[in-house]
Amino acid sequence: MTAFDRTLTASADAPLLSVQDLTKRYGRRIGCERVSFDLWPGEVLGIVGESGSGKSTLLGCLAGHLAADEGQILYRGHDILAMSEPERRLLSRTEWAFVHQNPRDGLRMGVSAGGNVGERLMAIGARNYGAIRNAASDWLTKVEIDPGRIDDRPRAFSGGMQQRLQIARNLVTAPRLVFMDEPTGGLDVSVQARLLDLLRGLVRDMGLSVVIVTHDLAVARLLADRLMVMKDGRVIETGLTDQVLDDPQAAYTQLLVSSVLQV
Amino acid sequence: MIEIENLSKRFTLHNQGGAVIEVMTGARLTVRPGECVALTGRSGAGKSTLMRMIYGNYLAAGGAIRIGGLDVARATPREIIRLRRETLGYVSQFLRVVPRVPTRTIVAEPLLALGVDAGTAHARAEALLAMLNIPEALWTLSPTTFSGGEQQRVNIARGFAHPYPALLLDEPTASLDPANREVVLRLIEEAKARGAAIAGIFHDEAARQRLCDREIDVTAFAPARAA
Repeated sequence: MTAFDRTLTASADAPLLSVQDLTKRYGRRIGCERVSFDLWPGEVLGIVGESGSGKSTLLGCLAGHLAADEGQILYRGHDILAMSEPERRLLSRTEWAFVHQNPRDGLRMGVSAGGNVGERLMAIGARNYGAIRNAASDWLTKVEIDPGRIDDRPRAFSGGMQQRLQIARNLVTAPRLVFMDEPTGGLDVSVQARLLDLLRGLVRDMGLSVVIVTHDLAVARLLADRLMVMKDGRVIETGLTDQVLDDPQAAYTQLLVSSVLQV
Repeated sequence: MIEIENLSKRFTLHNQGGAVIEVMTGARLTVRPGECVALTGRSGAGKSTLMRMIYGNYLAAGGAIRIGGLDVARATPREIIRLRRETLGYVSQFLRVVPRVPTRTIVAEPLLALGVDAGTAHARAEALLAMLNIPEALWTLSPTTFSGGEQQRVNIARGFAHPYPALLLDEPTASLDPANREVVLRLIEEAKARGAAIAGIFHDEAARQRLCDREIDVTAFAPARAA
């Protein structure tokens, strides 16, 4: 890995990710249009909006799952869209991670829990079986899964456990940048709280930068430092999370915030 | 330490016919290190609005809010996050936390965010919780099920974990019994003594008399209403 030498420390004064005028169209329909933002090391950026607002399209373009039509994505100064496919794949196996809403999209359901975590280490060259198994066992503990279940398949796990396993699989390679698509989406409220708590601790302790897409404003408030509000593919408001939620400026954000039932 | 000049605030309610409500104009205020200033005025006069603007929670329409070299009215989110982490503390009346997180961790969080090691941060949290008479049996539990007074004290412990150079206090002694009220008053006096600049809302008049060097009536910043 020449282009991304791990010994280069990411400067706290430079953005980790810098996005300029990113646009994606589906035929004549707009997926997302002219989206620009910077993300700094250790920062959590929340993208909120209703379904169809373009937030998942944006996340897909950022993570390289979708091809953007226009714009630029710089990761630690490297132009992602100009990279070769092998380079980009290496990046998504090492420095980047992607947590899907549905754990089945991010896990291999026919492989043991330990295998799911160990596989990502093997993909970057780990070969010592004992060391891989120890790392997997460590990570199961970190995400609060009994390491005694290391040989069970994810199918035997509850939804919340599967989601935590997906997180372990993603974080075992100590990535710098994590994309999350509605990570608490399909979970019961009590299970959500546990996951949120876990994610907050990992973000702080590992210094992760995160781009998280969610339609749940309560999740955004508890996890994100900053928010981007999207509507019809465009960013209509950005700011400090509590400021956007408590003093929204755009008409649409005011509607979004006031539509949430208070408990 | 806190310097406010010609600050104004308006709300535009886009979904209620685009009504524009001017709530503050020409607000000015200076709080020097070691000074405690009370914001006064009837309910609805704008005390909380002013506090929220100082904290960066509400956007200013115009003017300047300078805290330790940063103008909060113009700062980027990133700069405000850093200001809140290092310089400006806020003890609100309500505790907003992720359910399940133990009380001790909630109080230690501001220190952990500054990179203080977990042992030191938790020790400081425990000292504050003990001082504020939160029973040790509760430290490992989430405060979401605590009584109002207990939650208030957890909030205060969290607000005083890091020695912020500037502090905002929203009714810090509300819903406290006399013994705990005294502990909180001493914490505030200690913060003043180490040079913190404090602005606060104190409905507790005796507390205000004892702590505050000056009072600012925010009613003076209300925009003149057309008759």
